[in-house]
Amino acid sequence: MKKEDTIAAISTPAGNGGIGIVRMSGPRALKIADKIFLSAKKKKPSEAKSHRILYGQIVDPSTKESVDEVLLSVMKAPDTYTKEDIVEINCHGGNVPLRRTLNLLLNAGARLAGPGEFTRRAFLNGRIDLAQAEAVLDTISSLTEKSQKAAMSQLEGRLSERIVKIREELINLAANVEAYIDFPEDDIEPASKKELNEKALKALEALKELTDSSEQGIILREGLKTAIIGRPNVGKSSLLNALLEKERAIVTEMPGTTRDVIEEYLNVGGLPLKILDTAGIRESHDLAEKEGVKRSLKALDDASLILLVLDGTEPLHKTDRMLLKDTASKDTIILINKRDLPQKIKKHLLPSDNPFIMISATKGTGLDKLKERIVDKYLKGGLEPGGAMVTSVRHLKALQKASGSIKSFNAGLKKGLSPEFLSIELREALDAVGEILGTTTAEDILDRIFSSFCIGK
Amino acid sequence: MNNHNFDVIVIGGGHAGIEASLAAARMGMNAALFTMNARTIGQMSCNPAIGGLAKSHLVKEIDALGGEMAKITDKAGIQFKVLNKSKGPAVWATRAQCDRALYRKYAKEALASQAGVEIIEETVNKVISHKGKVTGIRTPKGEYFAKAVIITTGTFLNGLIHIGLKNYPAGRAGEPPSLGVSESLSAMGLKIGRLKTGTPPRINKKGVDLSVMTIQEGDMPPPPMSLFTKKILNPQLPCYMTYTNSETHRIIRENLKDSPLYSGVIKGAGPRYCPSIEDKVVRFMERERHQVFLEPEGIDSDEYYANGISTSLPEEAQEKFVKSIAGLENARIAKFGYAIEYDYACPTQLKSSLETKPVEGLFLAGQINGTSGYEEAAAQGLMAGINAAMKIKGLPPLILGRDEAYIGVLIDDLVTKGTKEPYRMFTSRAEYRLLLRQDNADIRLMEKGFELGLICKEAFDRLLFKKEMTKEEIKRLKSLRAKPSKANPVLKGLGLAEIKEDIALYQLLKRPGVGYAGIAKISPPQKRLAPDIAEQVEIQAKYSGYIKRQAELAERLKKVETIKIPEDFSYGGIPGLSNEVVGKLEEIKPLNLGQAGRIPGVTPAAVSLLMVAVERRRREMKNFRERN
Repeated sequence: MKKEDTIAAISTPAGNGGIGIVRMSGPRALKIADKIFLSAKKKKPSEAKSHRILYGQIVDPSTKESVDEVLLSVMKAPDTYTKEDIVEINCHGGNVPLRRTLNLLLNAGARLAGPGEFTRRAFLNGRIDLAQAEAVLDTISSLTEKSQKAAMSQLEGRLSERIVKIREELINLAANVEAYIDFPEDDIEPASKKELNEKALKALEALKELTDSSEQGIILREGLKTAIIGRPNVGKSSLLNALLEKERAIVTEMPGTTRDVIEEYLNVGGLPLKILDTAGIRESHDLAEKEGVKRSLKALDDASLILLVLDGTEPLHKTDRMLLKDTASKDTIILINKRDLPQKIKKHLLPSDNPFIMISATKGTGLDKLKERIVDKYLKGGLEPGGAMVTSVRHLKALQKASGSIKSFNAGLKKGLSPEFLSIELREALDAVGEILGTTTAEDILDRIFSSFCIGK
Repeated sequence: MNNHNFDVIVIGGGHAGIEASLAAARMGMNAALFTMNARTIGQMSCNPAIGGLAKSHLVKEIDALGGEMAKITDKAGIQFKVLNKSKGPAVWATRAQCDRALYRKYAKEALASQAGVEIIEETVNKVISHKGKVTGIRTPKGEYFAKAVIITTGTFLNGLIHIGLKNYPAGRAGEPPSLGVSESLSAMGLKIGRLKTGTPPRINKKGVDLSVMTIQEGDMPPPPMSLFTKKILNPQLPCYMTYTNSETHRIIRENLKDSPLYSGVIKGAGPRYCPSIEDKVVRFMERERHQVFLEPEGIDSDEYYANGISTSLPEEAQEKFVKSIAGLENARIAKFGYAIEYDYACPTQLKSSLETKPVEGLFLAGQINGTSGYEEAAAQGLMAGINAAMKIKGLPPLILGRDEAYIGVLIDDLVTKGTKEPYRMFTSRAEYRLLLRQDNADIRLMEKGFELGLICKEAFDRLLFKKEMTKEEIKRLKSLRAKPSKANPVLKGLGLAEIKEDIALYQLLKRPGVGYAGIAKISPPQKRLAPDIAEQVEIQAKYSGYIKRQAELAERLKKVETIKIPEDFSYGGIPGLSNEVVGKLEEIKPLNLGQAGRIPGVTPAAVSLLMVAVERRRREMKNFRERN
């Protein structure tokens, strides 16, 4: 039997928040896990005994950034579901870390598993019997059909239109390159390097818009990571409570094995906010100032949106100034709290260009304005659900692959590579985009050649 | 009385028929080639040239498998040229203009000198089968019997020639069509479709003013098509190029009402890569001119083939528009252009061996399968001949992979996807273009040809030597380093940047502009390498990155190719497969899971299910055998 490659996928159903498992199976599973897992006891997964659970962090090897605290199970062949080496990663941080973990595995050498592929391996390696395999695959097949339909309906409209358009551009490009290879004697003008380069850049730009939208799309699905920071006792926890009271909060309590994680989701005009370190916020009046600031700073690093709370009744504190400075270059809204009391802060002298809003967390005033600001900023420009957004990791991967190939195409063009090499990059880009649309390539390129060029000696 | 019993009967003496008969006979079969007219064996019914992009790849593959086309081409060739020289070797392609009469002569000679081939000049009008198995054929003179029948009738099946709005039954200009064969195929359950193709007028040399045209010479010395050819002996002739003009286009537009294409008389689909001049003028209105190539029909011929102006306009209109072309003002048309409609059998009814699914022992090859081109035909003829012999010998068929040969791509495309227009090979159809080069056809395929008995021991030994020497030399270049003092004079001579530090010779060879010749100057091998070996070293080094990338991709995809689906596999009752998918699988009957996945509409999830079902059956069969 030939050596299989290593596959990975999220093996728990997608949902909002909570715990999830990323599963990886194949001969390189342990080696790949080594690359992104940092054990608390410095033990590598490949060095662990079989059927052991390791506690540690998933770390992005390129940025050294911690993605999530996880429990990682090592199960070595042959006593596993697939009879191959299996690594399962229990993520606690909800969907975003789950996806990021999967992405890291894929970047580290695993391949995204196809529908039913774990089961197929389990069956082919003699782990489960036929009836079991058929039952699972039957479900998966009908599920894929359903999700394909769902994906198609998701693809209808702007997203599909845009991907189809990108594909058209790429086919044009490929037709130009291929016609020049297959019809050297026909009277056709090969497109100039400049033209090809411009077309490629255009496609790249369009792809970038989509992958960017994908981040926004994922925000919509997973929540915008929001940090509420500030000195102790400026009103952070009152603000959180006020927001929670105003909006129907989704509170999930996930008893984890390592710690209790409490995630709070706020729904702000359709945009889910995921509040970071709620425990820290709640406990802040008990915390020493130093510890409170430390936690604030940590939350600040992870956050996409920062709500910096100042106490309007006190002049700016040294810590306030530091936080203002640290958040200056980030998406931050400054909230000057306790507006119902006499104010000591000179607003026009705030050492930050970020917008500020006067609120009273206890009275609940100014919160509507805050809400409006957030919605304005994050839901503007086509972020309404059903717009052109990429929300699936599979699609995102495919689009990123296409971008990578087009970049190689441009690099090759610059180097003056012969068209048969350039064509390889375009084929890869087209195959990647084709994975989303489910279309084939060779015939389409030929169609384009025949319709655009007068071929035929 | 003549022998009426054969192993293999081949119907048709075109390019497919020639290869089929020769291959079968060379594999020890007793073969009969039936032709309506033995003088037209090896006729080039369209342009007098062999090869070109993707087509020379096919020819060189045929050559490496022990076929004849390349050798005949070299004997009949009057101009050889390597196209795409400015690009990389994967897309180099040799094209040879041929002398039609010489081509026929050498084709017939090859057949006549081959033991085991009998040429029978009779018109076949029925293919006979019994209980789903072919048994022989019938001609007006009687019946002939065979274990396998290969039909290679080209455009002859119910051929209908159109010139203007007139049309008449014919197989080629001046030759009768083949009637009855198509009907017996239908009666045996094969689905028949209709295609169309066309030819341009032939121009009499007298009256052609070559002085206003661009001359196009071949390469010197002429590069042969076959590995077995040492030298091209024929005198070499040039082609000439001129252009149509706005007057030509006006005349054509004026006469469109009498075009069978535009008046809807022709129903079959024509090839888009070889449009008629009417099509070009209508579809590409903005073009002020189109190229016209005058290709010599032969050394002693007084005709030119006017490539580029294929037409089915009425004779008067052809006369008129030809005379409007620069240099052809006083020219006379020797033979008028025409369009031809003909029957073809939808190729999805074939197995990958080219045997038909409904009728055992019946093989189809060439234009009857919906292809176009001599090279595509010859490739199929060769494979049908080989596989007919394999079948009779009780051996598994030879099926080439898409990563092994253009022949593999050709047949896989045909039997998996079918075709709606005459199918021509393009390099863009091959996923692994950089692996399927014309320079390595021998390395890819000759061993298979040798195993089949189609390649002689001497040629095979030479191949082994070539492979070994290539490997050795690459090893040497990887192990030795070039010093600046040695390398720089050579690099300077080539106009390239000099090196400052030592560099492995292999790395140096990978640099743009550095050829093997340069490397050999810097550090000569112990013994000078033969040119084809030096070429291999250079190509394999220069493109190693890309070659590796494609080879890895091919290797990865190969896994599903190795999971075979039994021929009698039943697709109904597999849970989770939609009726549509089941229908497609049952029609195509894919050989393996890889091919199943290439059928339009079969999803990866369906392939997963199929994989499980195939494995289930394998285990059931195994249990069954063990119990009994």
